[in-house]
Formats: sequence, C-alpha cells, structure tokens
Amino acid sequence: MRVEDMRLDGNAVGGVFADLFGLEMTDQMTVCASCGAHEVVACLEVYVCSPGTVVRCRHCHAVMMCIVEGRNRTWLDVSGVATLELRR
Amino acid sequence: MDDVVQETPRVRTLQLAVPDWPGHRAGQHLDVRLTAEDGYQAQRSYSIASAPEQELAITVERLEDGEVSPYLVEELRPGDEIELRGPIGGYFVWEDGDNRPVLLVAGGAGIVPLMAMIRHRVAAGSTAPFRLLYSSRTIGDVIYREELELLVADDPGLEVFHTLTREQPAGWDGYARRIDEDMLREVAFPAGDGPAVYICGSTRFVDAAADGLVALGYDPLTIKTERFGATGG
Repeated sequence: MRVEDMRLDGNAVGGVFADLFGLEMTDQMTVCASCGAHEVVACLEVYVCSPGTVVRCRHCHAVMMCIVEGRNRTWLDVSGVATLELRR
Repeated sequence: MDDVVQETPRVRTLQLAVPDWPGHRAGQHLDVRLTAEDGYQAQRSYSIASAPEQELAITVERLEDGEVSPYLVEELRPGDEIELRGPIGGYFVWEDGDNRPVLLVAGGAGIVPLMAMIRHRVAAGSTAPFRLLYSSRTIGDVIYREELELLVADDPGLEVFHTLTREQPAGWDGYARRIDEDMLREVAFPAGDGPAVYICGSTRFVDAAADGLVALGYDPLTIKTERFGATGG
C-alpha cells in the first residue's frame, strides 16, 4: 500500500481533540505556519500509521501538529500551526 | 449493545443503548475503545448509521488485519458493554434545514454516514433532492440495499445509482466500473444548481470522486469529504 493511501483527514483527530480542547474541533479554522493557508481541521491531512498521529497542511504538506497519546498523558506539538481559532 | 443486524457477510450494524447520549447530527462518528485484560487499549472511529431521530447505531465492516472491527463484528453480543467517545464531527454533517440539492458519493462502507443523512432526510420530512452514487465490489457487498430500494420506491426526491466494480449479477443494469468523470457527469446535479456534496470512502476513492467533480465545475468549497483507512480497523 502506498503512503498516499494511508492519508486520512482531520475528521480522524476529532475525538482526541475533543478530549484535549473540550470543543468540537473538526470545523475550527487553522492557519499553517509554513504557507499561511487557512483550512478547517477536517480538511487537514492526517497520518495515523506512525507511533503518533501527524497532521499536515493539505496545501504545502508541512507538518502542523503531532499528537502522541501515552498512558495518562498526551504530547501535543503544534509548532506548525500559526493560529488555531477556537469558536465556542 | 442491545441488538445486531447482519448487513452483509463482513458488515454488522450494532444498535447501542447509551443512557446519557447527548444526541448526534447526521454524518458524525464516534470512537470505540477496547481495553484488554492486561490494560492494552485499541481505539477506532466508526460512523454513526442512524438518524438523529433514531436509536444510536453504528455499522462496522470487518477488516482482516483489524484490532477492533473483528471483535465488534464477530464477538460482541447483545448485553455486552463497550466504551464510546462522541459524537464527534462538526464539518461532515448535513442538517435538514439545508434545502440545497445533495449529492452523496459512497465507496464501500463509506455509505454509513451518508445513510444517516438519508435517514435524517426521511425522518425530518425534508424535501431537499438527494442523489446517491454508491460504489461496491459485488451486489452482496451493498450495505442497506433493501432499505434503499424501499426508500427510492416511495420517494421521488431520492435517487440511488449503484456501481459494482468487481462482479455484476446477470441482468445488472447499473454501472460496472470504478467511479469516473463520465459517471459523475451522468449522475451529479449540474454544478449550477449549487448542490452540497458529501463523499466518504477510502482515501483513493474520495480523491478520485472529488477530483472528478471539480473537473465538472463543482466549487471545491461545496465538497465535503471524509476518508477512512483501508487497514488497521
């Protein structure tokens, strides 16, 4: 199977994000720190086939977020996100 | 879990009785978490099959190398308990107040969240025109086949087009190939009608369908997609 076939979308991280942020996140707007593209979480590229989950920009494919879930804790790297808009 | 419907040899619908379920929207999913006796946990996402007006149900396809789906499809019995998180999703949802024509494009088990939309349309009495293009491998793999036939017979506002990509029964009068631009041109509402589009299936399927619609002049912003993995479930 090609790596491309393992690409999911941001719907796949809706559950873990709901836990972390306490909000429905799939329709929240992000801005990519690399290219500045605006996109809702559901439209980002998501790869779950690694030890953690990797979220990439669908336009420039830069890594925006990494999520690693361990026992009783979660590591969240958002260094590739310029802005995350949280509408309540 | 309080009831089971065997949809196809590899697919089951699980009716779930959740006492504090907050309700859901058509198109949303939930996460199922299984915990082994040694504490090992596995979690997967499954689309909700039922309309908001109905009892909560998910439809699960058994994946051969899966960690969770073989248990849900073959082991789980009515009365057993599973751990759920959800509902999840605020993007890939359809609301009955939206009166635009709706084009649904499903690949295999990608029908599940789209069926929730069709059931919601019926339950809510919506008159929004719906067209479903549904790709399956064989006639035996078509999930909800009888229910779709009954709904179509009863409702001129709902049209269903099947394509069978691997094997077709004798006398088959539907499509018999993978979804392509010509098929989309024949089935889809004209782009000028301003339809809403929901595509669900494997990554390769979703990309092909979305690219085909954009080539036909559809605005990418009106095309909502949800991809699921072909392995690991």
